[in-house]
Amino acid sequence: MSYSITEPSSRQKWVAGTLVITYAIITMIPLLWIMMTSFKTPPDSISYPPKVFYEPSLEGYVNLFTTRTRVSPEKLASLPPPENFAEEIVRNRDMVIAGPSKFGGRFLNSVIIGFGSTFLSIFLGTLAAYAFSRFKIPFADDLLFFILSTRMMPPIAVAIPIFLMYRQLGLSDTHLGMILLYTAVNISLAVWLLKGFIDEIPREYEEAALIDGYTRFQAFYKVVLPQAATGIASTAIFCLIFAWNEYAFAVLLTSGTAQTAPPFIPTIIGVGGLDWPAIAAGATLFLLPVMIFTVMLRKHLLRGITFGAVRK
Amino acid sequence: MAEIIIKNLRKDFGSFTAVKESSFTIADGEFFMLLGPSGCGKTTTLRMIAGLELPSSGEIFLDGEEISQRPPSQRDIAFVFQMFALYPHMNVRRNISYPLISQGMKRRDVRAKVAEVAGILGIEHMLDKPVGGLSGGDRQRVALGRAIVREPKAFMMDEPLGALDAEFREHMSEELRALHDRMGATTVYVTHDQLEAMQMGDKIVVMNNAVVEQFGTPQDIYDKPATLFVADFIGSPSMNFLNFSGTVEKGQSVVSLGNHQVVVPEQLENKQGELVLGVRPEHIQLSDQGDMRAEILALEYLGTTQIVVLNSEYGELKARVDAALPVAVGDQVAIHFRADTITLFDRGSGRAVRSSLNDGVFAHG
Repeated sequence: MSYSITEPSSRQKWVAGTLVITYAIITMIPLLWIMMTSFKTPPDSISYPPKVFYEPSLEGYVNLFTTRTRVSPEKLASLPPPENFAEEIVRNRDMVIAGPSKFGGRFLNSVIIGFGSTFLSIFLGTLAAYAFSRFKIPFADDLLFFILSTRMMPPIAVAIPIFLMYRQLGLSDTHLGMILLYTAVNISLAVWLLKGFIDEIPREYEEAALIDGYTRFQAFYKVVLPQAATGIASTAIFCLIFAWNEYAFAVLLTSGTAQTAPPFIPTIIGVGGLDWPAIAAGATLFLLPVMIFTVMLRKHLLRGITFGAVRK
Repeated sequence: MAEIIIKNLRKDFGSFTAVKESSFTIADGEFFMLLGPSGCGKTTTLRMIAGLELPSSGEIFLDGEEISQRPPSQRDIAFVFQMFALYPHMNVRRNISYPLISQGMKRRDVRAKVAEVAGILGIEHMLDKPVGGLSGGDRQRVALGRAIVREPKAFMMDEPLGALDAEFREHMSEELRALHDRMGATTVYVTHDQLEAMQMGDKIVVMNNAVVEQFGTPQDIYDKPATLFVADFIGSPSMNFLNFSGTVEKGQSVVSLGNHQVVVPEQLENKQGELVLGVRPEHIQLSDQGDMRAEILALEYLGTTQIVVLNSEYGELKARVDAALPVAVGDQVAIHFRADTITLFDRGSGRAVRSSLNDGVFAHG
């Protein structure tokens, strides 16, 4: 029987695996419950005891994307037969579709503001991190500390000054305003994380490119950036998650044109009470972009978090 | 293919001086070694020639043009790094062709040129492999390929064999020298390994503490060291130093070492005070008769020769003698020095006293 200190035995692996899977299931239950609720009908969603097995319905999604009006049975009977499944679901509740809801627009706002601020944070953060890493900058340490100090209080602590400033500057309830705000919050994280990654890339690569006839910027763009891809990917995930999920500023500063999905979803009110399946459907759809983005960059994320922990 | 002239080159990093006013000339097509212990300024000098550092003062001429303030891309110099610095996200072919792409060369010409270089270096079969999986020697070849593909005016090499294992270094140093002879391009090579410098170089500059100690052919550096540092740094085992106080006069060819008279090359200047007599181990002969006696402390057998460690009245000396010479630890022997090889040094300044042996090696200073 071989024995190794570093390689766990199959029994240890089995125990560890069971623990991890159990933990994963427990943390997944609320998410699963939201997804299940999104496929329930409104009566099923509030029935007691809660239903684990039920007939799935798309009513939540239909209600999420539409506004509806109640009509009299005579009117309903006089209408031509329903054209699609959404119309059919709505008519079963004695209603007709009056038009699209605001969810699509709010979701698009989230995409524009979330990805826009992530792009801007990474763009500025990479340039700043490269400069801090490679050039002699007077008071570089003090500047870095100053950048970090913006994270030493909760951002919401400055909500009132920002609210007043934004109103003055006409940035309230604009995409640009929200992108700038989230970028300002994220940039210190981006600079610090990316500086760590770029510090790890040997200067010789750029020097080789300089010798090979490239300018400093070309060397940065063609040689440093591909090497820093891991760091950029993991930093981008952190930035996106913050901007995507941010609630407090979104409530405070947006109400119409630039409102993002987080403040919008809880305001979905059905007829005669909260429309839980529609809210759950909104939450489920809202999860998807970050989930896809994270899964796409998962390999980089894992490597990114442990990067630099062990010197090669 | 070009001559490189270094004039009064200086580099300061804040209050630290990495290179003090250095001047030397690298002739066209020369394999030129910058030799010295770590931290002596040799790599900084090389990086200034390549343009990776800008000098604080002084001039660098490449092919007659002053280039010391130009960016590296406008100097037409190739650089081989100690850790190779191959672009890790590209395969071998892309790595080698990268300098050509920056010049905007046509794709077909790039392919032909890369194939030609790969043929010279014997790496045709690995052109499409990623650089990550290559052995140290192959990486070194790819790095050389990237340097020679552009046919630059000069090559800079920063300890290119430093990252290879001992066995492979030997082989690679021959390959490098052969490549240089074939291309005939001026090469500046930084190393801290004196054997490598002696073996490969046409000319050697020995640096220490930011200054050039001596500049010359390997033979000159070895036989006619200009300073105590060079004498000590070059050669293994290094030169024996016998301290004495006395007087040297111009035209004199015998010095008094205590009550022994030692024949030396004719001296060309007057010196007085604390002096050092330097003699290489292979220039000490052992015999039974003579008035300078020593006891054998230890023996190191090296195959064709042996190193005899002697305890003399001037301290411990090492002599390199034929391996067949019958000697044993504890023997009392007489020691003689080969007169025409001895260099005298001024202990205070560390500089050699001018004599008929080393006259002329100071000219380059």
